Amino acid sequence: MTDEPPVVRVRVTGPRGGRPRPMSGASQIDARTDVGEIYMRALMRTQLRLALGVTAVVLATIGLLPVAFTLFGGLGRTTLLGIPLPWLLLGGGVYPVLIALAWVYVRRAERNEQAFLDLIRPK
Amino acid sequence: MSPAYGIAAVVLVSVTTLLVGAIGLRISRTTSDFYVASRAIGPSLNASAISGEYLSAASFLGVAGLILARGVDTLWYPVGWTAGYLLLLVFVAAPLRRSRAYTLPDFAELRLESPPARRVAGALVGLIGLLYLIPQLRGAGLTLRALTGAPTWVGAVIVAGVVVANVVSGGMRSITIAQAFQYWLKLVALLLPAVFLLRAWHHDGAPTHGLHLSDWVEPLQGHYALYLTYSLIVATFLGTMGLPHVVVRFYTNRDGRAARRTTVSVLALLSAFYLLPTLYGALGRVYASDLIRSGRTDSLVLELPHRVLGGTGGDLLTALLGAGAFAAFLSTSSGLVVSVSGVLSQDLISRWLDGVRAFRLSGVAVALAALVLTALSSGLAVAHAVELAFAVAASTFSPLLLLGIWWRGLTARGAIAGLAVGGGLSTVAVLAVMVGANPSGWPGALLSQPALITVPLAFGTMVLGSKLGRRDLPVHVASTMVRLHAPEAIDLDRGTFHPDRRTV
Repeated sequence: MTDEPPVVRVRVTGPRGGRPRPMSGASQIDARTDVGEIYMRALMRTQLRLALGVTAVVLATIGLLPVAFTLFGGLGRTTLLGIPLPWLLLGGGVYPVLIALAWVYVRRAERNEQAFLDLIRPK
Repeated sequence: MSPAYGIAAVVLVSVTTLLVGAIGLRISRTTSDFYVASRAIGPSLNASAISGEYLSAASFLGVAGLILARGVDTLWYPVGWTAGYLLLLVFVAAPLRRSRAYTLPDFAELRLESPPARRVAGALVGLIGLLYLIPQLRGAGLTLRALTGAPTWVGAVIVAGVVVANVVSGGMRSITIAQAFQYWLKLVALLLPAVFLLRAWHHDGAPTHGLHLSDWVEPLQGHYALYLTYSLIVATFLGTMGLPHVVVRFYTNRDGRAARRTTVSVLALLSAFYLLPTLYGALGRVYASDLIRSGRTDSLVLELPHRVLGGTGGDLLTALLGAGAFAAFLSTSSGLVVSVSGVLSQDLISRWLDGVRAFRLSGVAVALAALVLTALSSGLAVAHAVELAFAVAASTFSPLLLLGIWWRGLTARGAIAGLAVGGGLSTVAVLAVMVGANPSGWPGALLSQPALITVPLAFGTMVLGSKLGRRDLPVHVASTMVRLHAPEAIDLDRGTFHPDRRTV
């Protein structure tokens, strides 16, 4: 607020015309203006897309294992280091995938929020 | 074996839990302390506490027993219980913390602005909490029987008693410390015997008899296996976010960001733990396959050291496992009783009593109800019983949270209709299975794993019900969305809802 030119007091008698003073994104959101709504919807959409992306990866990898085991019966009989592949995957292999996805998600979600803050903070 | 070690272990865990609770008594003063420990708990302590609370009888005893009995398909239980936290993380963790609600009914009221929706959510918290408490108390009974030969009701009564004493005296802050400790106790209690068991197995020449049966070692061999597996996946992946004692934990994070970081640590802690039950299940196949025939697979973890090692070493390791198992019952039951009595006291009893006394009375009532229901329910496998509570949570609170957080269009009417359909159908299935119904063919499959049907129905009903009455949109939904999604780092108008100053 400090960089604004000094305000000169004038008496306003009629309806205010011309262009309104530019508001920060934060005040737009607080005033529930259309622009504020757009900021909020954009944040929600970005975060939802990220969440759905992570879910899609989970479904396409871990979630498809039962289908893969059904379609390719040989997969269930394959062994690696003496341990059957399904036991190796479900007993241990899926956990690092879950942790890695969680870690990637947190980094991206925080980045999205930082971008949102940079956008709406009063300049 | 000599019961002395086992009794000593159970007494030690119970007394420690009570002592930590007594320390908490001095530092918890206000109602807000009781509910959410004033939200002043750091992420690493909180992550241990969440994991400690989450790893219940089902994880400690039940999973290994199921693996012994049914093989590779049951590995989906721990996978799902962990993956549930990933979905909770990406869809729910930060917004739920930012909602600043204490309980799921608080969230329902904040988002839907409807007292009836709050009451329905409160009833469901009670239902899910009780369904989840039953297998904990049952597991406690089985454990004490395996350790000392005492009848099964003794263990259940001990756990209920310790939980009530602890909850009544300390509220949640003491429980946070106790539960963080109990995670590490559970991990060590399962890890250390596993090391000795593996050494003994190796020493025996690494026998593998019993491990090669194709319908045990190969996936999806049974009837309706694909349906049952996917239904289990739906229930566990989506159910975690709807468990009352899990959700209440997120209010103890400092902000949305801390809630996310806590959840990542939880995923790592759970993953480390869940590597172990598989080992026990497989070793059980070699050394204790007679438990399958006698229907006592839930005792596998406790019986293995005695069978494989014997002697004083076996007795000591059994006592350690007993201590870990009791830590599991105590921590999960405490969390459940705290969250259910938080809801009961806020919504029902606080009309007649002040906050803290209402909370204490509710704790006693919940524990008693769970004891009665445990006595009435049949001998369902512990892990399956817990998973059925997940199915109800996945069919009710999961759609409420997912749609409530990410879709502005959800209305109170749609939400209540969805909760009724999802909760009603899944509860019918769960109760039928719990009292021993076991029809053959598709009805049996649907009853034993209802989630693949009931979850989509609940989602569909909520969306449809909301679309039919678009004019009923909550008035303040725009403020609520700002509150749920905007980071706390910026000062914004987030609406006026506060669970301590409710208007209804």
